[in-house]
Amino acid sequence: MKILVCIGNVPDTTTKIRFDNEMKNLDTNGVQWVINPWDELALTRALEIKEQSGGKIEKVSVINVGKADAEPTIRKALAIGADDAFRIDAEPENAYFIAAQIAEVAKQENFDIILAGKEASDFNEAATGSMIAEFMDINSVSAVTSFDFVDGNVSLKREIDGGKETISVKTPFVAIVQKGICINPRIAAMRGIMMARSKPIKVSNPVQTQVLVEYKAFDLPQPKAACKIIDPVETDKLVDLLHGEAKVI
Amino acid sequence: MSIIVFSESRNGKLKKNSLEAVAYAQSIAVATSKPIVAVSVGNVDDQELALLAKYGATKIISVTNQNWLAHDSREYTKLLAEITEKENADTILFSHSNMGKAIAPRLSVRLKAGLISGVVAIPDSFAPITAKRKAYNGAAFQLVSVKSDKAILTLNPNSCEIKENPVNVNIEVYAPKSAYNAETKIESVDVVTGKVILTEANIVVSGGRGLKSGDNWAHIEELANVLNAGLACSRPVSDEGWRSHEEHVGQTGKIIAPDLYIAIGISGAIQHIGGVSGSKVIVAVDKDKDAPIFKYADYGIVGDAFDVMPRLIESFKKFKNL
Ligand SMILES: Cc1cc2nc3c(=O)[nH]c(=O)nc-3n(C[C@H](O)[C@H](O)[C@H](O)COP(=O)(O)OP(=O)(O)OC[C@H]3O[C@@H](n4cnc5c(N)ncnc54)[C@H](O)[C@@H]3O)c2cc1C
Ligand SMILES: Nc1ncnc2c1ncn2[C@@H]1O[C@H](COP(=O)(O)O)[C@@H](O)[C@H]1O
Repeated sequence: MKILVCIGNVPDTTTKIRFDNEMKNLDTNGVQWVINPWDELALTRALEIKEQSGGKIEKVSVINVGKADAEPTIRKALAIGADDAFRIDAEPENAYFIAAQIAEVAKQENFDIILAGKEASDFNEAATGSMIAEFMDINSVSAVTSFDFVDGNVSLKREIDGGKETISVKTPFVAIVQKGICINPRIAAMRGIMMARSKPIKVSNPVQTQVLVEYKAFDLPQPKAACKIIDPVETDKLVDLLHGEAKVI
Repeated sequence: MSIIVFSESRNGKLKKNSLEAVAYAQSIAVATSKPIVAVSVGNVDDQELALLAKYGATKIISVTNQNWLAHDSREYTKLLAEITEKENADTILFSHSNMGKAIAPRLSVRLKAGLISGVVAIPDSFAPITAKRKAYNGAAFQLVSVKSDKAILTLNPNSCEIKENPVNVNIEVYAPKSAYNAETKIESVDVVTGKVILTEANIVVSGGRGLKSGDNWAHIEELANVLNAGLACSRPVSDEGWRSHEEHVGQTGKIIAPDLYIAIGISGAIQHIGGVSGSKVIVAVDKDKDAPIFKYADYGIVGDAFDVMPRLIESFKKFKNL
């Protein structure tokens, strides 16, 4: 079996979000690029499962839709332990476009399990994983918080309102994963970084897709009014304000 | 043409976000004169379904067949595609919930319908549908326009004002044409009862590392109890195992948008704020007057949480006549 992990290349979570004058593009000056946090968890879990599978899982690959500037992030995934990588050489326009590209590679390469994160921390579409599954007409399980592989069988847990369901699913499938599948992402060790240098990144051109949406412009939230500070002994007053002024209780 | 709203329910009761979605549909219906058709899958009785008419749904398609009660994303996508065709719909609305996020993107691919996910306000314009959505974990908004004939939107909580607009409704019990052929199987269900569901709670009480240890949660729990609130925590709290992962909010945890978020002993790191910035009102209790959380809070108390919490509980109890 082969696992494909989708990795987004996103601004580090501490990035101050600013745009160009037209409010069209992110101002990327000084931005640090990282593997999308959930994708890092997905990759970590995929590697754990591979190691426990007694050879049943032959390889874990990563895929990114992005231009050449995403390669350092892909190398990082290889350094963490992915066996090889795919990069579709295109601007990652939106979830629909990205998913179409990934589905194409996943089909050609016969991946059995595809992992995507619950959302990318740039555009937060929370859509790519499910879209890949529909492009391929295969199963998808969302909100996955636990992923086990025992005796060749996959068992997933997904979050539902106020609880969890244990799900069995036929391969191939896409799992859209979140916190819980593992706690801390694996960190690249020196040896991994050295080995990553010689691991292959297969670069291909994008396939044509339809354009279904158009981004107009970005906009920043209104600055918040100053916080009203209430004396620690005046908790009654806070309650009054929440009731009378803010009207939330 | 019509507007479809996918309505979610639990234990026979419609979820609040589903009523919100119908209210949102009304803003489109008023501008475009399209009827609103709500779709419900599950055992919801007519009286409960009729609530959807209070917010403007003129037709309800109710799928009650047992087979369809287990949620399989692929099968639900087929069902919704079938109903979209039957109702000649060009706009399909979901909540930006676990279920909405599982089905809407698949339906977008199936119908070649542009998806705007995580919408935060009623559309700026209707032909084509152009709406504002959340991006960069709430640090920005993005205006997106649909280019295709059909549009799909997933709606964040508080994306519109909920206005009643009672209409007469026709409930159609519908037997899907496509068979239910799921390849996913639910082996077991593990439901926690009696807890307020965090992502749906109107009020959320949240504790951070400032509380020092998982043994110090009694006040947080009592406060939540008095307010009938959901419980949340910052990431280090769940990483340390003081609380379960289900309570972790923020960029890598749950994203919530309650009316009132009360943060206690939480410094307000950007990654934490990313998960709670959609809250209508934020209250912070922290002993450090320079903690970043006060930049995001509407009301703040600078003080020791262990002194403030008991007083806060008393004040809320008094207010609630408890
Ligand atoms: C990629 C990435 C993703 C992340 N995702 C998340 C996320 O999803 N959610 C999240 O929460 N964090 C996330 N973090 C971590 C985040 O950066 C912060 O480390 C974390 O939010 C801090 O948690 P805290 O506020 O509980 O703790 P601290 O920052 O330690 O703050 C504790 C606060 O308690 C106050 N305090 C101490 N004692 C008392 C007392 N007796 N009474 C009152 N106040 C007191 C202190 O003044 C301080 O302000 C992420 C980090 C990274 C790098
Ligand atoms: N450019 C990309 N290349 C590869 N995978 C991506 C890309 N963008 C998003 N993904 C995957 O899709 C998930 C959800 O992203 P999104 O739908 O954009 O919020 C991410 O967690 C990744 O696993």
